[in-house]
Amino acid sequence: MTKHMRLGWLAASMVLFAASGAAAQTEIQWWHAMTGANNEVIVKLASDFNAAQKDYKVVPTYKGGYADTMNAGIAAFRAGQAPHIMQVFEVGTATMMSATGAVKPVHVLMKEANEPFDPKIYLSTITGYYSTTKGEMLSMPFNSSSAVMWYNKDAFKKAGLDADKPPKTWPDVFAAAKKLKAAGYNNCGFGNAWAPWLNLEQLSAWHNVPLATKANGMDGWDTVLNFNSPLHVKHLENLVELQKDKTYDYSGRTNSGEGRFTSGECPIFLTSSAFFGNVKANAKFDFANAPMPYYPDVAGAPQNSIIGGASLWVMGGKSAQEYKGVAKFFTFLSDTDRQVDLHKKSGYLPITKAAYEKTKASGYYKEFPYLETPLLELTNKEPTENSRGLRLGNMVQLRDVWSEEMEAALAGKKSAKQALDDAVSRGNAMLRQFERTVSR
Amino acid sequence: MQKRAIFAGKSLPYLLLAPQLLVTLVFFYWPASQAVWQSFLLQDAFGLKTDFIWLENYRELLGNGDYYRAIATTAIFAITVTVLSLSIALLLAVQADKHIKGAGVYKTLLIWPYAVAPAVAGVLWLFMFQPSLGMVAQGLRSLGVDWNPLLNGNHAMTLVIMASTWKQISYNFLFFLAGLQSIPKSVIERPPSTARGPSAASGRSSFRSCRRPLSSCSSSISSTCSSTPSASSMP
Repeated sequence: MTKHMRLGWLAASMVLFAASGAAAQTEIQWWHAMTGANNEVIVKLASDFNAAQKDYKVVPTYKGGYADTMNAGIAAFRAGQAPHIMQVFEVGTATMMSATGAVKPVHVLMKEANEPFDPKIYLSTITGYYSTTKGEMLSMPFNSSSAVMWYNKDAFKKAGLDADKPPKTWPDVFAAAKKLKAAGYNNCGFGNAWAPWLNLEQLSAWHNVPLATKANGMDGWDTVLNFNSPLHVKHLENLVELQKDKTYDYSGRTNSGEGRFTSGECPIFLTSSAFFGNVKANAKFDFANAPMPYYPDVAGAPQNSIIGGASLWVMGGKSAQEYKGVAKFFTFLSDTDRQVDLHKKSGYLPITKAAYEKTKASGYYKEFPYLETPLLELTNKEPTENSRGLRLGNMVQLRDVWSEEMEAALAGKKSAKQALDDAVSRGNAMLRQFERTVSR
Repeated sequence: MQKRAIFAGKSLPYLLLAPQLLVTLVFFYWPASQAVWQSFLLQDAFGLKTDFIWLENYRELLGNGDYYRAIATTAIFAITVTVLSLSIALLLAVQADKHIKGAGVYKTLLIWPYAVAPAVAGVLWLFMFQPSLGMVAQGLRSLGVDWNPLLNGNHAMTLVIMASTWKQISYNFLFFLAGLQSIPKSVIERPPSTARGPSAASGRSSFRSCRRPLSSCSSSISSTCSSTPSASSMP
């Protein structure tokens, strides 16, 4: 009996202790979708912030992949249990920004918390994706990347190609892939991850061709998809043709096919620049990356690429004290040295101009040119209406539909033109539904 | 006269039923009614704005050709998995019910796959059949089969049917085995097919005349149980 009582007292005092600890510090819940090395980066950021001051405690929680994290956050909001900070991938931007009241725009947050905040210190190609047309920042960019072409230098040498002069245009890539295939890369001359991101979204921006009207949705919810243009059809037709003998091999809707590059199966692979950490850790060959290829007969190509990755959204309905903590954490994140460090460790892009300049000045890109390729692509030219970014509702579902149609073309069930026409019309129906839910 | 147990008042039976009824109401009827209600609504992701739109969602769904294709695909999947998993499970159960050496070990091993979590089972099958890394996929390719479930819909369907069947067999096996074991020994040893005499009634005909009808109760349970998850697990 006495033993039980002692245990009871112990439990009670522990509860009291925990409660008093929570009262002294304001907890900031941060839901994220990072795994592996990038999860460690997040945990370290939070613990560094917690060690640097005593008033706030940032608690990071892994909530599954990008789509899972977003679903979890939305479900939590509906149940009145939303976290303070939620990491949302770039395609979720339209859904988040249309949710007036459910989210707290970053520019409002910083102003209300009296935190020093100048939107001009950030790289505009990145913040532009997450800002209103007036330039008000809605979410804090966190991990940004762009699409690049990774290639296996050893394979290039084996096929008699110049490993230091990667192909620049699509016709050159096709020719190189054929040579690589002849040199023993039978299953896949070249491939790509994130099929719709690479073959529709990036392709459009890189060639200054619209994916949708109204500046790809940035200027209004009444945007209409129009990526069934001759350029898009030609590109898909090329892929369909090359798929037949596996000079090109389709590798899935997300990045699950990236292992085909690191295993040495696909010597040319287009995917995110953030693939860097994975390549560095796993590739047993000499590798490099280069800007995405372009079609030389398109006037003005290449334009500039658009970003991928995720930003941090602040959820609505929290106390002023909690928002103060979030604002302080964002200032902490934007610190130049911290950004330089994050950039080098994760391979994601720095979000401030100062961090980019500092990394460049240190000569780091001479040693690791792969980290600069996406930045050069993003800043290649002044962004146009077609290359500022995308803002389409239901984007997660849109990408599934687009992938489905591209797969139908690659499997020979439909012509490339028919597949893109269907992808556009099915997508437009989804956009109209989204428009109805937001524009009342 | 028949003997009857009579309870005082009606409250006790209701009280005994209450926990089960409550669980069914809260975890089945409540969410199901919510789903029906939401099918009449148009709402944004966060639930900030809601419109009652009568039957518009249904009209849109039923006017969409993809919906019928999805139903057909689901039907093919559910029927194939149910038929395959029931027939294989019955075959295995009948074999395991025989007096063979180490029957206990076989029975235990056959039940194991059901204990594997679906997510783990998925990863397991992916490892075997992933076109570029999977062991079985590489074997198929070396045999000249262009195995590519990413683009070939038939390959993808075959793969999910195999994985689901594999998981469902154990469950059905359990029911069939229980059903077979509940058949009295005397019935099997003296089959009613007297016309042909006891010697002819062994093997196949004893199965047809006694075991199958007598274990039919468990067959119908397993077929319902295995077809329902088959249909609902199809995305």
